[in-house]
Amino acid sequence: MKTSEKSLAGWYFLGGMIVIYFVLAFFKLEAVIDALFFVGRIFKTVLPVLLLIFALLIFFNASVSHEQISNFIGKSSGGKKWVVAVMAGILSAGPIYLWYPLLRDLHKKGVSHGFIVTFLYNRAIKLPLLPLLIFYFDWKYALTLLLVMVVFSLVQGVIFERIKF
Amino acid sequence: MQCFKNAAAQSAKILFNALPVLVGVILLIGAVSVFVSPSGFARIFSQNIFWDSLLGSALGSVFAGNPITSYILGGEFLKQGIGLIPVTAFLVAWVTVGVLQLPAEIVFFGRRFAFLRNGLSFVFSIAVALTTVLIYSHL
Repeated sequence: MKTSEKSLAGWYFLGGMIVIYFVLAFFKLEAVIDALFFVGRIFKTVLPVLLLIFALLIFFNASVSHEQISNFIGKSSGGKKWVVAVMAGILSAGPIYLWYPLLRDLHKKGVSHGFIVTFLYNRAIKLPLLPLLIFYFDWKYALTLLLVMVVFSLVQGVIFERIKF
Repeated sequence: MQCFKNAAAQSAKILFNALPVLVGVILLIGAVSVFVSPSGFARIFSQNIFWDSLLGSALGSVFAGNPITSYILGGEFLKQGIGLIPVTAFLVAWVTVGVLQLPAEIVFFGRRFAFLRNGLSFVFSIAVALTTVLIYSHL
C-alpha cells in the first residue's frame, strides 16, 4: 500500500462505517440510536486515555531520543525490554486500539514487533478487574490464568522477534 | 520550549491521523454490540471439547468490549454446562484477538503483522485455556 493510500485508508474505513449506520437506520432506527448512545459512552470512557496517550507521545517526542528508546526497549536491549513490555501492558488502560498510534511511533524509533505484541497481549490482563474474575471463577483459576497469559505473551513476543516484516 | 511545541505539534498530528480509524472502530464495536448478542450463541456449544474450544475462541475473537462482559458471559456459559476449557478460550480470545479492531491494526502495523498477531493469538487462546485448566485441575 502506498503512503497516500495508507493515509486515506482510515478515512475510507470511517466513511464506510457511516454509510453502514445510514443503511441500518433505514431498517432499524431504534437500534441505531441505541448503538450511537453506546458509541457515546465509549467516547466518554476513552477520552481520558486518549489524553494520557497524547501526553506520552509528547513525552517520547520531546525528551526521549531514538537512541535512548533503542537502548532501553529496542531490538538489542536484552531481557529488560520484556519486563517493560509485560509491566507496561498490564498497567496500561483503555481499549487496545487507542495504543496503536503510540506503538507505531515507538516502532519507527526502533522498538521491535516482539515488544509490541507482548505489550498488546498483556493489555488483556486487567488488575483492577481481578476481583471480578475471582468472583465469577475463583482465585486459583484467576492467578493461574494470569500467569499462563504472561508466559504466552513472552512466547508470542519471541516468535515475532524472529519474523521478518 | 520550542522543543516541547514541536513535540506537541508532532504528537497532535499523529493522533489526528489516527482519529478516523479510531472513530471507525468505535462505530463498528457499537454496531456489533447492539445488533449481535453473544449470549444467544450458548446453544451452539456441543459438549465436544475440541469443537467447543474453537467455538469459544471464535466467539471471543469476534466480540469486543469491556472484559467484565466476557466474565459475566463466561459465568453464564459455565452454568449452562459448557466446559471450563472452552469458556477460558472465550475469555482469553475476547481480550487478545480483535476481529473488530483488525482494520485499525492493519492501518497502523500492516496486513501481515495484524493477521499474524491475531491468528497466533487465536491459536494461543486455546493453548492458554488448555494449560490453565490443566494446571488449575492439579491445584
